Order: sequence, then structure tokens, then C-alpha cells
Amino acid sequence: MSESTNGTNGTNGREDQSLAYAPVAGTEGAKRGTTKLKIFRGDAEGGEFVEYETDMIEGMVVLDAVLNIQAEQAPDLAVRWNCKAAHCGSCSAEVNGRPTLMCKQRVNEYEGEIRVQPMQAFPVIKDLVSDVSWNYEVSRSMTPFTTSQQAPFTMYEEDVERLYEPKSCIECFMCQDVCHVLRTHHKHPEFAGPRFFVRGQWLEMHPMDEANRLEYLKDGGGGIGYCNITKCCTEVCPVGIKITDNSIIPLKERVADEYYDPAKWLMRKIRGRKGSRNGSSNGG
Amino acid sequence: MSAIAAAWKRLPWWVEPMTVVFVLTAFGLYSFAVIVLYQGQYEQYISPFFSFTATMELPGWVPGFITAPMLLLWIPLGFRATCYYYRKAYYRAFFWDPPACQSKAQQREPRSPENYNGERALFVLNNVHRYFFYASIFVVAFLWYEAFYTVFTPDGFQIAVGSLFWFVNIILVSAYTFSCHSFRHLIGGNMDCYSCNRGGNIRRKIYSGVSRLNENGGHARWAWLSLFSLLLTDIYLRFIAAGVIQDYVLIPFGG
Amino acid sequence: METNGTRENYEVREHDVLIIGAGGAGLRAAISAAERGFSVGIVTKSLLGKAHTVMAEGGIATALGNVDPEDGWRTHFMDTMKSGKFINNWRMAEIHAKESPDRVYELEQWGALFNRTPEGKISQRPFGGHTYRRLAHIGDRTGLEMIRTLQEKVLATDAEVFMETTVTKLLKKDGRVVGALAYTRESGKFIHFKAKAVVMATGGWGKIFKVTSNSWEGTGDGVILSYDVGAELVDMEMMQFHPTGMVWPPGVRGLLVTEGVRGEGGLLRNAEGRRYMEDYDPEKMELSTRDVVARANYTEVQAGRGSEHGGVYLDITHLGYEGIMKKLPTMYHQFKNLADIDISEEPMEVFPTVHYTMGGVKVDPETCASTVPGLFAAGEVAGGLHGANRLGGNSLSDLLVFGKRAGDGAMAYIEESTHSVDIDEADLQAELRRVLEPLEKKEEGESPYLLQQELQEVMMEHANMMRNEDSLKEGLGKVLGLKDRMEKISVPGSRLFNPGWHTAQDVRYLITISEIIVRTALERRERRGAQWRLDYDGPDEDLGKINFIVTRDAQGEVGIERREIEPMPGHLADLFEEAKV
Repeated sequence: MSESTNGTNGTNGREDQSLAYAPVAGTEGAKRGTTKLKIFRGDAEGGEFVEYETDMIEGMVVLDAVLNIQAEQAPDLAVRWNCKAAHCGSCSAEVNGRPTLMCKQRVNEYEGEIRVQPMQAFPVIKDLVSDVSWNYEVSRSMTPFTTSQQAPFTMYEEDVERLYEPKSCIECFMCQDVCHVLRTHHKHPEFAGPRFFVRGQWLEMHPMDEANRLEYLKDGGGGIGYCNITKCCTEVCPVGIKITDNSIIPLKERVADEYYDPAKWLMRKIRGRKGSRNGSSNGG
Repeated sequence: MSAIAAAWKRLPWWVEPMTVVFVLTAFGLYSFAVIVLYQGQYEQYISPFFSFTATMELPGWVPGFITAPMLLLWIPLGFRATCYYYRKAYYRAFFWDPPACQSKAQQREPRSPENYNGERALFVLNNVHRYFFYASIFVVAFLWYEAFYTVFTPDGFQIAVGSLFWFVNIILVSAYTFSCHSFRHLIGGNMDCYSCNRGGNIRRKIYSGVSRLNENGGHARWAWLSLFSLLLTDIYLRFIAAGVIQDYVLIPFGG
Repeated sequence: METNGTRENYEVREHDVLIIGAGGAGLRAAISAAERGFSVGIVTKSLLGKAHTVMAEGGIATALGNVDPEDGWRTHFMDTMKSGKFINNWRMAEIHAKESPDRVYELEQWGALFNRTPEGKISQRPFGGHTYRRLAHIGDRTGLEMIRTLQEKVLATDAEVFMETTVTKLLKKDGRVVGALAYTRESGKFIHFKAKAVVMATGGWGKIFKVTSNSWEGTGDGVILSYDVGAELVDMEMMQFHPTGMVWPPGVRGLLVTEGVRGEGGLLRNAEGRRYMEDYDPEKMELSTRDVVARANYTEVQAGRGSEHGGVYLDITHLGYEGIMKKLPTMYHQFKNLADIDISEEPMEVFPTVHYTMGGVKVDPETCASTVPGLFAAGEVAGGLHGANRLGGNSLSDLLVFGKRAGDGAMAYIEESTHSVDIDEADLQAELRRVLEPLEKKEEGESPYLLQQELQEVMMEHANMMRNEDSLKEGLGKVLGLKDRMEKISVPGSRLFNPGWHTAQDVRYLITISEIIVRTALERRERRGAQWRLDYDGPDEDLGKINFIVTRDAQGEVGIERREIEPMPGHLADLFEEAKV
């Protein structure tokens, strides 16, 4: 096989030289009037909602509107975003009091007022940007994946398929924001938050992982007992992870096995802890 | 259905918790009244509130307000009270911890941060859920027995409209019981590797089945439906016992 | 903290190695260095874990041979060279093909999870231009898995991460790079990083175009920072257009539609319903290399056989809802949420989108050292591995293989040198003043946003997939016009998280890169891979033996040198001879 691509091109030869001038226009969508947004402008000291009006373009999402306003009216409007495709989880904010990925939320789905403000569970830096660095500290405090086995692993689809869900977390931290334990009760030092229970789930359920995080989850900063499974995290997850049912409750049950189940405790006393990596939750 | 769900979502945030308060309170009052004031059996039908204890006689020294059904009812009551779904429902509806997810609803949360303990203080007891699950298996077994009792009576085989109530009820109660999160954990959720353990494959299959029953709000759905089916089944029994309606026989004895 | 009445304040941080960029390559390099006990600082413009690596969907190309046991490094090497039209650095391609399996297994060792084969091994999927099924993947979010794994690994080390921090200049002393000046986006405070070595891993520069799959970050900071300190750049004319970007609605135009769709059997059709790839590459059809498919899509639309919104149709409906949710769930949600299209029911509309930059900092294949001592580069910002066209999936393996080598290379360099990392205060102050200038202008000047938009439109119009001399020259004139206006940028507001000010920094990189690209595109007078000159008929044999090397000349202008590619050694050249037989 040599360079089969050259010369076999269907438009070989002297094609229209105007192809070298690619049309730029025509990429804009139809304008559908204008839309108004109230955006929080301010910093840690305080601030106010400022109303902006911008062109309404077909299929426009909240982030489009915010970026238009930034480019045309408010160059110093602070907003955090990256991929604009709901893959990276950067543009989390609260729209009308509900945590929302701005790049995923169509403007035309709102009737009436649109109020955009930063996430409230974390300190505000400026405008729509809040300081989420606490989450990375929690991440550091958790025992990472630990194994004595040597990759490549032999693992079967049926053993790992339930791990795909928690693995799809994009770390938008909206579950952290909506969680009343953090947002209303500020249990930040003692409570890891839904995002890290999602991570804890795949770590604890991974067939090759050998670490035990149950002590951490109960008392060592995880504080899973603070969670009263009221499911707001599941409601806001932009990638549809069933955080409460599939991450938090399974971990609560594993913690119960270890600390709250007298029969299991007795069995461990009599039979000893299972040492096998493949055993139940205790083995990792 | 999705239109109804969408309309439900558009309602003010307090509608949902208030509805839960109303329904659970009404159910509690009704069931308490029934077990204190009424009989548990009418012909071949045994009220699901009475199950097993319907014909039981308590010794004379027991005070009058204690009735036989109470010997058994603590099991379903405890099972539901410690259930992961009902916990969500009553933390939201009765304790407003939080009442809903919107920021303005969360601001209404009555407890101050230092008084909020989640499930670390008193409610740590909810971790006994699995024991109520074990006990519930017996209750489910009795209810199945009583459902079959409505068709295989001592007088012979018969299917009446009443039997349909009893069967629908036990199916819903079973779905609720076996979609339990604790059961899901105990049957397979606690294993990290199915293929590495003997019997792992069969446990994985049961686990998957339980997951299907449990997921996408399934457990909540079964919780409500079985609650209503209990209620309706008992009301049906009261109605035919009082002669308000006639139990219509679909397939008569021996037929 | 150093303070002085008339001077700007800045903080000083000292590390053995400073890594600029926290995508796959930067994090992998950081792990290498941190695990060996070196002090590592990582600077990233975004939050940790949001780098563009997260957007990679299809998979990591690596010849594990799990699905097709015939596969091996030799075939992977040959595929890479053929796709790069033989102007790649053959040594890099060889290293890449040989080492990528170990790098993938290493990820698995650190907790990454891939889809499995029935035998319990890592599953591999087919991709354009790869002879065998080769891409290790997890659904269509392999990049997310990779970055999360690396991120969690880095957080388990002592490496210090400076999030939302922008580097404005590399600092040089006695011919060596000895650190960088940066500011935090959050507060606008400056940091002088002292480091014995710097690893550049800032990714590409897709943002010079209007329609691109790149995020705002893809402004090519690293390539210009390196160019400014005298590093050689290579293959800058080579920009990859991904054949399938979203078309509608306008807000998501250019957003990537993974090649995995075609890997899983997706069919391309024009408005007439014809599978037109028959006309362009009847053998490989939809799974031809990206340059070929992208040109085919472009040509079909220009010939008037396009879809409603000016794209072509990509059809994956045969997989059905279940199949799509298993293999391409992200794509399903992306189209459902953003375009109201159910891809299990109807075809997607797609059009080429600027995706990747093959060119970049010229590096030594063994150590990833640039031509400036103390400066290393890996990942998309480095050039050489991909030549004239990158194969899908080769970028993720590139990040891992050369990320590690850059980390190791920097460590080896540090171990044998004892140079000072101090910098003249006057030099620092001059740079601080330059960076602050747009904020301090009192009179109304150019808006950085509008300048960026104008540049993007110029590049779209004149340096697109199909190029010719007239159009390129016209484009160059416009870019140089923008370069003059760049001096007049002014932005309102304070230094506190001020995106206008941040954009003012980015625009300088974007305009300089655009100038380099247009100038090199004018030089390469042929059709080769991503460089497609309409005023020349085909590939030119002589140009096939050279790379264009760019350096900043003595006058500060773009200097271009034609450099012969070293002939392939016998053991590699023989592979192609054997394949012919």
C-alpha cells in the first residue's frame, strides 16, 4: 500500500481555486429577537444582579448568552468554561436557584426570568466563578487505587460494568453544591460530599483494589453518616449518575457491614477477616 | 406520563413534601384505627394489616389498646421506617432536611449547622434496615399464603374479585421488599468480583435483577404502590364485610 | 514576597521542574518526576482535570494485539508513518509504537478502566487509518478516564498544582531556561517560578480558527513561549481538520463528533443519499485517514451536495438505541441535549472542524528536549511524531509515551547540571509591565475579543483545508494588520479574574502562530496530508524529504529553514520493503 490517498481524490486536477477561500458567513444562526439575563456581578465582598440583554440565537445555551455578553458588553465578566460540550464540567453555576451546567442548558427552556449566579456551597471569587479548590483537597485525602497485582489485569466485563457509571463523573461539583450538608450546614471539614462517594464507590468495588476506605468514609473525613439520602445530588447530575442509589447507599451498606451489624461483627470474630482480594467489601 | 411528570416538576417546591406528609399521616391514622377497632378476617379474606395474627387471641392481662396485629406490624412498620426511600421522603417532608433541592427551599431548612447530624446521631439506628428486611421475608411469606388462601379455601377453589386485590397487593409488596437497597447489597452489592468467587455468577444475576427492580426510582414506586394496595385491599375487605358492596365471584367453587 | 515601592510585587516559588500544562502529557511528566522525589510544580490555565485531553473520545492507539493478535509495534509504526506522509520523525514514531502498550498498562495499574474483551483483556476498536483494531477505550470517554486517572495519581504525590495560572514568559539565563513568570487568574497576582527545567505541555492552538473542536484554552501559549526563547518549531503548516464536527445549532458548531462513530460502523452520506467515500477512498471508505475524509466532506458540501445546515450526514442508526448507549453514550447525550436529535433514529449532520496541530516545538525523540537547554516539550505542543496527518488515537498514546520521556529527560538534565536559577530584577519588572499594559491604558483601544474573532475569521477564510498562494498571501496581509493593532489592546476592569485581560494575553499567541502557519503554508508548495495546495497537483518528491523549521530570527521575525529529514535506518526502512513484497 503506497500513498493511495493522492491522485485517487475524486476532485483531482484543476478544481475551483475559490475553494481556497472558505466561506465564513453562514455559520451564524437565525436571530430570534433578544433575551434578558440577570447575572451576579461582584466578589467575596458582595455584589448585585445586573440585567443584560443579548441577541437570542437559535439553539442558544446559557453559556452562549453569557459569553456574548462578555464579548460585547462586559469584558471583565468572570465565567469559567472549557469544552462547551458538557464533557469537562467547568461551567457549573446556579440558574434560578438550581445548579446547572451552563453549556447544556437551553435559554428557550426558561419562561420568565433567568438569574445566573455562582455556586453557593463554595466561596465566591468573582461574578460566576467560585473557589472549588476544597474539592481537590478532599480528593487528595482519599486513599487512591491500590493493588499488589501487576497490570495487565484479567478482568471481565461482568465484574466491572457497574463501575462505568461512577467513572463517568466529570467533576462539575454541582452535586457538592446542591448537597445541603455542604451548602446549608457547611460540614466541609468532616464531609467529603457526593462527588467523592461516587469515587469511593468505584474504588471500593474495583475487583483489583485492595485498600479499605470504610474507616475514612465513616469518620476520617468522609462523614457519610451526614448524608441523609435526600437525593438532590442525583437530581442535578449532568451525566445521569444515580449517585444516591448506586454510590452512597452501597457505601452506607458497606459501612453498616463493618460497624453497625452485630451478626457480621460476630462472624468476623469467629471466622476472621477474609483475606482474599476477591472477597466481599472488607477485602477492598 | 412524562407530561404529568413535567407538570409535577413545575409545581411550587412545597407541594411534594406536603403531599407526602398528608398521605403518610392519613395512612398512619387509618391503619391505627383499623387494627385497634376492627376484626382482621371476613370469610376467606384476611386483612393484610392483620395477616397471621388475625385469629390470634391475646391473654387477658394485656391492656385493651394492644391488639394482636401489633405483634406483627412492627416488622413492616420498621422496614418502611428504615427504608432508604422512605428515609428520603420523611427527612424531606417531615423534617425539612431539606424540603426540596432549590436554593430557596434549602434556605428554609430549620436546623442550624451545629444541630444537624444527619444519620450520625439518633438516625444512625436506620442502619438496622437489613434486619427488618430479614424479618419482612416472613411477612411476605404469610401474605402469599393468605393470597392463595383466598382461592384455595377449605371449601374448595374459587376466584373472586377480592382475590385479585390480594394477589395484586402481595405482588406489589414483594416487589417493594425485594427491591430493597439492603437486599441489593447483601445479595451482590457487597462483592467486588463475581467471577473470582464460587457462586458469584448466580449472585450477580440476582443482583442485576434486584438492581433492575430498584433503579430509576423503582423502589420508591413500589413503596407507594404497595402502600396504596395495602390500603385498598383492607378497604375492600371492610366494604364487603359491611355489605356496602358484594364480592363478585368470577370462577365459583369447584368451577 | 518581595516588595518595593515602585516595583510590582510578585511571589517566588522554587521547584526542580516546572510543568506548564496539566493535560495528559503534563500530568504524565509530573508523575515521572514526582515519583523520583523531585520537587514538581504544575501550572494550568484551568482547573485540574479540565484540560483538553478530557475531550478525547475514541481511544488510545496502542498495538496490544488483544483483539487482532497479528498486530504489533511494526504495523503501528508503519501506519503512523504512512498517515504522516513520511515527514514524521521516524524515531519518534518507533518509540511511540514500541512504548505505548506499557504506558496503557501503566494506566490500568493506576486504576484506569477500559472496556473488556470476553477473555478479560482490554478491548480495542477499529479507527481510521489503523490496519488493525487498536484503540483501547472506555465507551466514548477515554480521555476523561485518562485524565482522571493521571490527576488522581498526581494528587497522590507531593507535586504542587497551581490551578488557573497563566504563564506569560519563559525566563532564560546563560542560554538555559530557568523558570517562568506567571499570574494567577483568580487574583491577578504574579508568581516567579524558579526551576532548573521546564516541561512544556500546553497543547495545541485550534483557537486560531472560528470553527474548532478546541476549547478557549487552545491558544498555543507553549509554542510561542518556546519560540520566544529561541526554540525551533517544526511542521507548523500542518493543521488537522477532523472530518466530523457538529454543524447545528450554531452555538456548538465545530464540536467534535468522535471518530468512534465511524469506528463502530457509522456511514457518511451526502444529501443525495450516496455513500460518497466510494469516490475518495473505495478501499477504506469511512475509515480512511482524517485528511482524506475531511476533504471529502468539505468537497461534497462545496459541490452543493450538502445537508440543510451545510454539512453531510453521518448515520449510526443501525446500532440501535441499546448499541449506541453501550458504545457511544456521550454522543447520544450530546446530540440529544444540544441539537434535539436522537441519533438512534436519525443521522447526524457533520462538517470538518479544526482539531489538532501536528506541528510544534521540535524535540529530541529520546528526551523530548527542545533545542533550548532546560526546555522540554511533550504532547500536542511538540511536533514530529504525526508528520503531515495524525492518526486517530495516536494523540493519547503520544501524551503518555512522550509525557513520560519528557519527565525522565528533564530529571536526567537536572541531575547533571548545577546552574543558577536567578533572574535579573529588571528583566522581571519589564515583563510585568508588558503584561499589565492592556489594563493600564487609559484611552479606549482594541477589544481583545473582537481582535480574536477577526483573526479566527481570517484564518477560516484563507488558511482553511484547501489553500492557494493568492488566498494565503491575502490572509498574511490581514494577519499582519491585526498584529499592528494588537499593540493597542486595552481592557477595562481590575486584575481580579478578568477574562478580558486574559484574552489580551492569548491574542498575542494566536496572532503570532497564525503568521507562522500562513508563512509555512506558503512555503510547502504541494499536497501532502493536511497541507493541500490547490495550486499544486500532488505531492512533491523533494518536499517529501524536508521539514520546515521555524525560529525567531535576529530581527525578531519569523525565520523559515528547509531541513532534510534524516533517512530511515535499515531496520525501519526494511519494514516498508517487506510490506511491498
